[in-house]
Amino acid sequence: MSTVAWLTQFLEVLAALILAPLFLGWVNACRAWLQNRRAPSVLLPYHGIRKLFHKDAVIAASASPLFRVAPYVVFGAMVAAAAVIPSMGTGLPFRSAADAIALVGLLAIARVFMSLAAMDIGTAFGTLGARRDMMIGFLAEPALLMVIFVASLLSATTALPLIAERLVVQPLALYPSLAFTAVAFTMVLLAENARIPVDNPATHLELTMIHEAMLLEYSARHLALMEWAAALKLFNYACIGFALFVPWGASIGSTGIGAMALSLPALLVKLAVAGLWLALLETVSAKLRVFRAPEFMATAFMFAVLGLLVHLLLGA
Amino acid sequence: MVGAVGLLRPHSVALVRRVLFPLGALIGVALAIVAALSLTEPVEQATLHIGLPDLPMHVRLDNLSRVFLALLGSASAGVSLFAAGYFRKGEGTAPGVLGLQYHLFLASMGFVLVADDAYAFMVAWETMALTSYFLVTAQHGIPEIRSAGFLYLLMAHVGAIAILLSFGILQGGTWLFSFDAMRASTLSTPWATAAFLLALFGFGAKAGLLPLHVWLPEAHPAAPSPVSALMSGVMLKTAIYGVLRVTFDLIGDPLWWWGLIPLGLGLATAIFGVVFAAVQTDMKRLLAYSSVENIGVLFTGIGLAIVFHGVGMTELAALALIAVLYHSLNHAFMKSLLFLGTGAVLHATGERNLGRLGGLIHRMPWAAWLTLVGVLAIAGLPPLNGFVSEWLLLQTFLFSHEVPQPFVNMLLPLGAAIVALAAALAGYVMVKFFGIVFLGQPRESSLAAAHDVGGFEKAGLVWLAIGCVLLGLLPRQVIHSLAAATEQLTGAAPNLAGQSWWLLAPLTERDVSYAPLVLLAVIVAVVVATFLIVRVVYRRPVRLAAPWDCGCGRLDPRMQDTAEGFGQPIRHIFVSFFAMERDLPSPHDLAPRYRVKVSDRLWQGAYLPIADLLQRAANSVAWLQQGRISVYLTYSFITLVVLLAVML
Repeated sequence: MSTVAWLTQFLEVLAALILAPLFLGWVNACRAWLQNRRAPSVLLPYHGIRKLFHKDAVIAASASPLFRVAPYVVFGAMVAAAAVIPSMGTGLPFRSAADAIALVGLLAIARVFMSLAAMDIGTAFGTLGARRDMMIGFLAEPALLMVIFVASLLSATTALPLIAERLVVQPLALYPSLAFTAVAFTMVLLAENARIPVDNPATHLELTMIHEAMLLEYSARHLALMEWAAALKLFNYACIGFALFVPWGASIGSTGIGAMALSLPALLVKLAVAGLWLALLETVSAKLRVFRAPEFMATAFMFAVLGLLVHLLLGA
Repeated sequence: MVGAVGLLRPHSVALVRRVLFPLGALIGVALAIVAALSLTEPVEQATLHIGLPDLPMHVRLDNLSRVFLALLGSASAGVSLFAAGYFRKGEGTAPGVLGLQYHLFLASMGFVLVADDAYAFMVAWETMALTSYFLVTAQHGIPEIRSAGFLYLLMAHVGAIAILLSFGILQGGTWLFSFDAMRASTLSTPWATAAFLLALFGFGAKAGLLPLHVWLPEAHPAAPSPVSALMSGVMLKTAIYGVLRVTFDLIGDPLWWWGLIPLGLGLATAIFGVVFAAVQTDMKRLLAYSSVENIGVLFTGIGLAIVFHGVGMTELAALALIAVLYHSLNHAFMKSLLFLGTGAVLHATGERNLGRLGGLIHRMPWAAWLTLVGVLAIAGLPPLNGFVSEWLLLQTFLFSHEVPQPFVNMLLPLGAAIVALAAALAGYVMVKFFGIVFLGQPRESSLAAAHDVGGFEKAGLVWLAIGCVLLGLLPRQVIHSLAAATEQLTGAAPNLAGQSWWLLAPLTERDVSYAPLVLLAVIVAVVVATFLIVRVVYRRPVRLAAPWDCGCGRLDPRMQDTAEGFGQPIRHIFVSFFAMERDLPSPHDLAPRYRVKVSDRLWQGAYLPIADLLQRAANSVAWLQQGRISVYLTYSFITLVVLLAVML
């Protein structure tokens, strides 16, 4: 692989790091508009992260080293995931390092470390959040894998960039199996990113929260990394969705910086639409009770399995 | 032989600990190295004239044996090192005797792997069962341990009978019980099927395949931790070896639909095991159920391999077998590591109950961090080893729609969904295990006195943890070695030629690859870079304070989730799996008590009725025993008459 290719890879990851908080801000702004509120600035997540980096860290005296290491590991896993996902180009060198199954594994690393860190202090809310997050996670992970399997059966590979490439070059056709899996994927995305109806990103009502409960003991730079990783996770999921369902616009096969820059507008448009769509979904649905969440996730899993069956029955 | 030395001075702890167990570990390492290096060499056979006259024992060393011998040697080396620091005086069986049993157990497992006739195999198999029985009941003063040992012995023998019958069919009327004769004989389809099913039953009973898993969660907690580690990590793999040996070597060409049986049972076992693991409150029972899950995954792979082999897709069969062998190796390392971790906790605290542990990462950093490696590995997280075999199995599943059998090719890919669900649940189980034992606040005040592991124990844990990491980071090299065994069994091996040493891409036509070293390097690089940037740019101090906990103020160890609490979502979601008894306190209770008992439906549904039936049958036979000599003489007389009638 040439130096240019690696440089492009680096720039792509950098773009993901920069765009992730913006995407989060955009979703929040859209949600505010749809709910007839005055929207906060789309740049608010940047301010939040910057503010947190400038603060003194307060850590519980009973914390173990695991608690301090976890934010870095979570962040690192998310960045590595961003490198695997073809957000802008499919010809990047890192694509041989991990396929979509390994990508799911990377996301699982982040989840496991976050849950372990939440259990480390031994607070009631921390373990509650860890337990609920693992509950959502173990249902979401196989559903996501099934979604990926359907796409990989269509394109005969599990490497995400190659899936995107092969879906682009095929003549435009409506795959019924992909329609089912798109529904499943959307549900997984909502659940895994702590959005309504499974979790509410705006809540600090202790008894209903999941994601926020795990971060309660974090402050300053550790919290900033966790928040940034969460934004990156949302961005990553959106980009996985683009690669599977709307791969058009990403630069195919090319490794040049120019081609990458050309695909940036397409990515921004896709992100803008996806953000609006997410905000709309969150506005029209109500939060589920925690014990309804498994049913929600099981539905997602069933949709994905249905997509697989439809593919095998119809061959499309 | 090492064990026999121990017999000379059965009560000398020092001799057993300092000399014999490390010596055993050394032999293990040597065995692993020799086996691994000889992987591509031709088959070696020998005849040992020991035992009964005119009944020599045949031994044979081929690639399948070598792979499993390498597994046995390398995993047991870590366990033996740990055991050197673990066994102490005054805990049940005397150390010298224990050392003898332990090493006999190891030797018999080795002999099972090289035996080349049914006689030698059964002798070794029974020695393995008996020595492990004595090891399980090392602390025989406790009634529960005795009954667990009895259950184990019973299941082992029910299985052994089935294996014996299977060999009886396999000799195919030649009455030659050497494996060579069995390879040569051809069986009609019904007989071959019967032999396969009997072998599956027999080895399944040893491995813990549903519904024969009941002894595992009883025997593993009863045994001393190094023994649990050996039983779970290594002994269960001898059953996998047996299935592979009988199916692919002795029967030779399995029919494709046979594969559906281990596949279906394996998937059921995997889900069942992991769901039960999630609700356990005893840490060794939790790990035992997790072993049941992994056995399920292994049998799923075996089933896939048989299906592929039967329809003539030998390369995919080889890939599925690679996944099976790889996972066997992985599981040997990670489960031994975890069992030894629980052993360290057990020695330090005397507690097996998750509800009385917690916060041990502060007191036992070595044990905690090394166990974390095993936890992450068994949860199937890249770049550790558990992920590689899972990846291989899922990749193999993605080809199963190409099997030229209608309907089957549509149902098979759904198996991937179940494997994925089991793997994700394994993550849940492992977070529960590690989080409750090592993280949080100590749930009992006595835990403050817990001490970390000693030198030998540390060495054993480190050995196994390094094994987990290396098996995860160098998959191509491992698969290259395992390919020698699949070549022997299926005549095909994955094509790895011309690829970089750090890349794993066994499916050339799919263009997929996995490079754990690169993945690890990127994560480490990002972590280090972030850490340095944050340090250099912001340089903000860290202040230690009391936990915030939403301003709650009074934090109590009992406010954390217990093991029951952490397993509650699983109980809620998979409610139909369990037979549950619950006592809910009334809201007006002044001293409320909440009690929940989760048990296995199979006990009430299958085992207790069978036991009842046996008891009744035994009672009705007991009628024969009248206790009067005249009646017995009448029996003898009737027998004589009948015999005379038959003879004449």
